[in-house]
Amino acid sequence: MTDLYQLTDLSKGYTRGREAITIFEQLTMSIQEGDFIAIMGPSGSGKTTLLNLLGGIDRPSSGSVDCQGVRIDKLSQGKLAKWRAANVGFIFQFYNLMPTLNAAQNVELPLLLTNLSGKARKERVATALDIVGLADRARHSPRQMSGGQQQRVAIARAIVADPKVLLCDEPTGDLDRKSADEILETLQLLNKDLGKTIIMVTHDPSAAKYARRELHLDKGRFVEAAELAQ
Amino acid sequence: MNDFTLIRKNLFRKKMRAILLIFSIMIAFLIFGALGAFYSVWTSGSSSAADNRLVTVNRINFTVSMPFAYWGRVEGVEGVTNVSHASWFGGYYQEPANFVQTFAVDPESWLAVYSELTMPDEQRAAFFNTRDCLLVGADLATQYGWSVGDRIPLLSNIWQKQDGTSSWDFEVCAVFDAEDDTLPTNYAMFHYEYYNEALAFNRDNIGWMVLTTIDAAQNDRIMREIDSLFANSPAETETSTEAAFNEAFAAQFGNIALILLFVVGAAFMTILMIVGTTMVMAINERTKEIGVMKTLGFPAPRIFRMVLIESILLSLVGGLLGLGLATLAVAGSAAAMAAFLPGLSMPPLVLSIGLALAIGLGFITGIIPAINAQRVTIVTALGKL
Ligand SMILES: Nc1ncnc2c1ncn2[C@@H]1O[C@H](COP(=O)(O)OP(=O)(O)OP(=O)(O)O)[C@@H](O)[C@H]1O
Ligand SMILES: [Mg+2]
Repeated sequence: MTDLYQLTDLSKGYTRGREAITIFEQLTMSIQEGDFIAIMGPSGSGKTTLLNLLGGIDRPSSGSVDCQGVRIDKLSQGKLAKWRAANVGFIFQFYNLMPTLNAAQNVELPLLLTNLSGKARKERVATALDIVGLADRARHSPRQMSGGQQQRVAIARAIVADPKVLLCDEPTGDLDRKSADEILETLQLLNKDLGKTIIMVTHDPSAAKYARRELHLDKGRFVEAAELAQ
Repeated sequence: MNDFTLIRKNLFRKKMRAILLIFSIMIAFLIFGALGAFYSVWTSGSSSAADNRLVTVNRINFTVSMPFAYWGRVEGVEGVTNVSHASWFGGYYQEPANFVQTFAVDPESWLAVYSELTMPDEQRAAFFNTRDCLLVGADLATQYGWSVGDRIPLLSNIWQKQDGTSSWDFEVCAVFDAEDDTLPTNYAMFHYEYYNEALAFNRDNIGWMVLTTIDAAQNDRIMREIDSLFANSPAETETSTEAAFNEAFAAQFGNIALILLFVVGAAFMTILMIVGTTMVMAINERTKEIGVMKTLGFPAPRIFRMVLIESILLSLVGGLLGLGLATLAVAGSAAAMAAFLPGLSMPPLVLSIGLALAIGLGFITGIIPAINAQRVTIVTALGKL
């Protein structure tokens, strides 16, 4: 497998008043294409911050984030937005669907940034909803759906533009066991069958079991937990 | 789906709020449209003024009369082509509510000065030759259903006859129209002599004179000469162009323009505050969604544009409803107002200004929320639950 991400000497910190907080320092790692990584670690250890850096919605204090030869830490805001639209799908803990749009419209949202025709967009939306098993809910609004269903709409939205990477921040954090398992199975399927690289932050050890490998982030360092045989 | 779908859905996401906002914008534009229509009709008098037509009134005030003899003296001023005179009758028909604008005039010179007034030749002759003839404007005739041959008594709320009554009997013997449809024809005229000879007081006086000059370039000299004729007399005069006179006439009723501007301005300031703060709040509530949009790759300028268009759309919907309502209201009251404001209708200019105001209002109330939305940073927006 080839490298998708190469992080080199990555540091990220904040200054809160006079106090300087370091989240991680001189972090160097690579993420391979087609991998499914579960990132675990205590609250405040910097998991979300790392996803933000990988997704190009935050910038490192120093060091570089290279994604297939693109130095995303160097891109301008406008270019970064374009890069995100083409390369990354985001899945959040609280789904973050647009309350004014129905399921199909929520899924279609990222396609407004493409040049696809209305017809092609409809087909893509139908396919994405089909993959997450919600073909029959296209016209439902988020309010009319359970948490698990909303998260599946969010997954459909994340994959509809066919990005290489899915970044998931506690995607099952707000769900019951059964819904969580369904979501995780879907993610696994996306990884195995569609070859999506998935980086998932989770607090739940049984969720992490779905990943190919688990990383523990603690005090700015990664500790490899285990290579999971699939 | 396209950006406009999103804009529309965002605008109406809180139905009650959107409806109240649209309603208040609508009221402001209703006020603007209705007052604008009244004002433009009110001031249209000056646009019907010919530039070589002058009006001579008593220097004290145009409601104060002057001696009849002045008429003949003005005729002698070089460059004056026609002079006529008129006296305000203050008439009403049957009861004071039926106000009829009526003047006592010298028929032949009057129609010479106001050559834009038209009527059939035999009616013109009848007007000149019939002592108690009432020459009625077409609009006025329609309003009361009068036609040639009718006998009409008009009462004056100013003048009294020697017999103690205030009623003059007339025969409608001519109906006049105007060459230009926008000119008012909602008034009536009759022979000065028929009125003057019956007066109990203020006899042999006239209200004002109106004259045409040979050339508008000579107006200034002629105005000065006329006024110097009567300088240091008990009834000094003031001569001005008809346009200036019409404006002064309108100004007698208070500075209408200023009052209207104040009313409309107050309405718009209120709307600006309400809509402006509501838009800021509405966009703040959406910070997280904007963060999500940006995460998905929507560029900041596109989000700026969407918020601005949403605000402009809000103002346009309210504005168009208000202007539409104003147009209906003006059309509905045109008949009732015909005696005071003939030709009352919604001028296209008022609609165009209204439309521009609506877009401007949307722009002003949307610009700050749009800048705020553009500036939303993803990390902080997503940090909010
Ligand atoms: N904008 C910010 N300003 C200052 N400090 C910040 C900011 N964002 C995050 N931090 C700090 O950075 C650290 C890492 O935060 P992060 O959200 O990445 O943790 P996390 O591992 O995702 O935690 P959790 O499991 O609770 O989601 C925390 O100590 C947090 O307080
Ligand atoms: Mg986190």
